[in-house]
Amino acid sequence: MGDTEDGVKPKRTVFVTVGTTSFDALVRAVDTQEVKDELLKREYTHLIIQMGRGSYTPTKSGGEDGSLAVDFFTFSSSIADHLRSASLVISHAGSGSIFETLRLCRPLIVVVNEDLMDNHQSELAEELAERKHLYCARPQTLNQTIASMNLESLLPYHPGDASPVAKLINTFLGFPDD
Amino acid sequence: MDEGNGCCFSILASKFTVTFVTISLTLILIRVLYVIYRSGKPLFRSKAPRALRTLIVLGSGGHTAEMLNLLSVLQKERFSPRFYVAAATDNMSLQKARTLETSLADETGVKVEETAQFMQIYRSREVGQSYLTSVWTTLIATAHALWIMFKIRPQVILCNGPGTCFPLCAIAFFFKVVGIRWSSIFYVESIARVRRLSLSGLLLYKLQIADQFFVQWPQLQGQYPRAHYVGCLM
Repeated sequence: MGDTEDGVKPKRTVFVTVGTTSFDALVRAVDTQEVKDELLKREYTHLIIQMGRGSYTPTKSGGEDGSLAVDFFTFSSSIADHLRSASLVISHAGSGSIFETLRLCRPLIVVVNEDLMDNHQSELAEELAERKHLYCARPQTLNQTIASMNLESLLPYHPGDASPVAKLINTFLGFPDD
Repeated sequence: MDEGNGCCFSILASKFTVTFVTISLTLILIRVLYVIYRSGKPLFRSKAPRALRTLIVLGSGGHTAEMLNLLSVLQKERFSPRFYVAAATDNMSLQKARTLETSLADETGVKVEETAQFMQIYRSREVGQSYLTSVWTTLIATAHALWIMFKIRPQVILCNGPGTCFPLCAIAFFFKVVGIRWSSIFYVESIARVRRLSLSGLLLYKLQIADQFFVQWPQLQGQYPRAHYVGCLM
């Protein structure tokens, strides 16, 4: 199932992004055998990790004998290209990464960083998970989320609109409507 | 007799001082209350203003993306010139604003230098800095913020939650009280805040410094009735 005619599995990439800071707990979690096994079961073939300033370096793999091909880098100016070519995105909970991924209509698992002092980041991820736009996980529950997720049940996110704010600001300042 | 006179005089002097201080404090209080009362009210002008000096406070990644989204729908000729301010440690945000302004300049043919300026501001406290050294850095940052605000003297302030926006808004409020410049302060709470306001947001709401306060989730409007719920900007 899913194999092409010449017997080569189609390339299905999982892109992991931690944003501009570091999130070793997430990189460590995707580097575990449990998570890699779950990804393989879901027929993903490649794992690309953007690890930021993190100190934990995942193990590279060429993906021989049916294992997951793993590659990583620290930063890149072409995050959008990586997001676009991914079949699944696993991201930190920053609003920039979340909305960029949703706008590109890629299935998304957001992993909340529990080490952050002021952990307001989980609010957005949990709210959007409740509205079925994405899955929300913790580093230690990531493998369960991958095992149980049903990507067909996710709803597309319709981008918001800043014009109501602009209208209120204009009215307040005495500018005419147009 | 002399001693008695001196005593009378000093009593009189101290009475006068007390009265003077009381009257001054009362006048300041009345002025502050008036500014707070007047702040939330729309500006009724006999004629629509032509263009307003606008300060735009940028923050890190997510904050800046939201702010630029808002700017993309505002009529630029009304909010001009535009002064972009970001923390000195943040290079990305001003770069993004510059990109937006350059593309605008290409459309309108007006040079970027004529409509926009980009400035950096010191932060009072970096993440992880000790409290002892932050007393000193806070003083420096406040002086710098005052200087920048005095140069800009904005009529409109747009901000959406980075820590740098509170001191700038507080200074703008001070300018309103002493009569240096009347400004309208618009605060859009970040989309990342679903159930609780950020510290900057909470302060600007509670102290009634923000003229209009926008939230992007209905849960927050329930808790903060003076806020306007505007839906998601992203």
